[in-house]
Amino acid sequence: MIVSQQKPLDEILSELDGISRVFLIGCAKCATVCKAGGEEEVWQMQESLTAVGREITGSIVIDEVCHMLRTARDLRSRKEMVDEAEAIVVLACGAGVQSVSATTSKRTLAGLDTKFLGNIKRLGQFEQKCSLCGECLLSRTGGICPVTVCPKSLLNGPCGGMDNGRCEVDLESECAWKMIFDRLSDRGDAERIKKTVSAKDNSTRRQPGRLKLDK
Amino acid sequence: MMSSFQAKLESNTFVITAEVSPPKGIDCSDFLSISRSLAAMVDAINVTDNQGANMRISPLAAAALLVREGIEPIYQVTCRDRNRLALQSDLLGAAALGVTNILALTGDFISFGDHPQGKPVFDLDSVQLLNVIAGLNNGKDMNGHQLTGSTTFFCGAAASPDAEPLELTLIKIEKKAAAGAGFLQTQAIFDIPRLGRFREAVSHLPVKVIAGILVLKSAGMARYINKNIPGLTIPDHIIDELADAADPAAKGLEIACRFAKEAAPLCNGIHIMAMGREELIPQIIAALKP
Repeated sequence: MIVSQQKPLDEILSELDGISRVFLIGCAKCATVCKAGGEEEVWQMQESLTAVGREITGSIVIDEVCHMLRTARDLRSRKEMVDEAEAIVVLACGAGVQSVSATTSKRTLAGLDTKFLGNIKRLGQFEQKCSLCGECLLSRTGGICPVTVCPKSLLNGPCGGMDNGRCEVDLESECAWKMIFDRLSDRGDAERIKKTVSAKDNSTRRQPGRLKLDK
Repeated sequence: MMSSFQAKLESNTFVITAEVSPPKGIDCSDFLSISRSLAAMVDAINVTDNQGANMRISPLAAAALLVREGIEPIYQVTCRDRNRLALQSDLLGAAALGVTNILALTGDFISFGDHPQGKPVFDLDSVQLLNVIAGLNNGKDMNGHQLTGSTTFFCGAAASPDAEPLELTLIKIEKKAAAGAGFLQTQAIFDIPRLGRFREAVSHLPVKVIAGILVLKSAGMARYINKNIPGLTIPDHIIDELADAADPAAKGLEIACRFAKEAAPLCNGIHIMAMGREELIPQIIAALKP
């Protein structure tokens, strides 16, 4: 899921300078799990903005704000409240903010910072394991992604900064290549990483990504 | 044309290299005067590439300045700041300017340096970079397009003899050797048995090993390095030795001389990292003489 985090209130307020009427949007999917834009956070945002003199014209938690058609439909159902507002604050990921901005001419503000595609380790703890690179190497690396888990995205083994199997960038973390090596060794498959991997084809991750399924 | 550094290594002549940092700015007078003073006693001078991710003058420019002075550089190239176009482009430029030796490196992570907000590139890794250079030497870019003329680079790579697990480190070194690395310059050596173990482990590879010798100044400097410079670890007993010394700077020199002397018989050369005290290099070289 998409991991996001609420922006500091001061930052949201500075974007709301001169704006008194606000409509709030949350997302029932990822932003809810991240405790950044669910029912509870939308309510708290309403409290916080009201406390500094803003009028909340209404709010909605949309089931998947990234779904553009659904977002447009749900906002039409709150048309009066949206029309009354001078700005919309969206507590959803960057994709969600853009679903909203595509459906309205109102000023649309991002209430969250979108961080990464994350795995849920436990409640409130998320880790990035995939960076959406467009060409999956996991079958060859023991199911651990060096593109993501190694800060340098190295494809041929650890850098010189590996220290006792730890990563130079974060000594709290195990070196991705140490993990790959251990995993493949346990499976008797360590020979696999002796083969040089050629440079990655970065055209597979060109932006903006588009995918249209054949009917 | 074969570099003179390469010719020496290939004829099993013991080599001495030293590292000099290009300046942070455009005044290269200190860089050049230090390099000139070392030129007569070393076989090549390593020109670091924005080391520790600290922005400095381009190592390509600094290496070319040395070539102009008749000094043979080892141009260090990291994968941190340049994508495959920029790397190849700089390498072709270096060849045209007379640079012949390359040390191909991954590069310290960007968060260690003075521009931690920058975007790290790492489009290639050091093994892939070595393969690209082998291609340039063969007159082709990495996509097989013909070049007007081939480079004649002599390439080396970095090695960390102390890094654990050694088996994993060796897998990468084997890849580097297969990609054309002709020499390895090691991280600072503070454990001679480990160096011996490493030397043995790479003895089947066609690579020359140049042992890194670090000149320390004080226990504080050693602790700072351990904390801030990735890949460099100074053991506690060395830090204690510096801390207990009446003259830590002299002790640092003594330690460097000691390890240079002990490492030399195990290696094809030594690489001195004086960290700003390049004036001490002659004394370390003198210590190697029987």
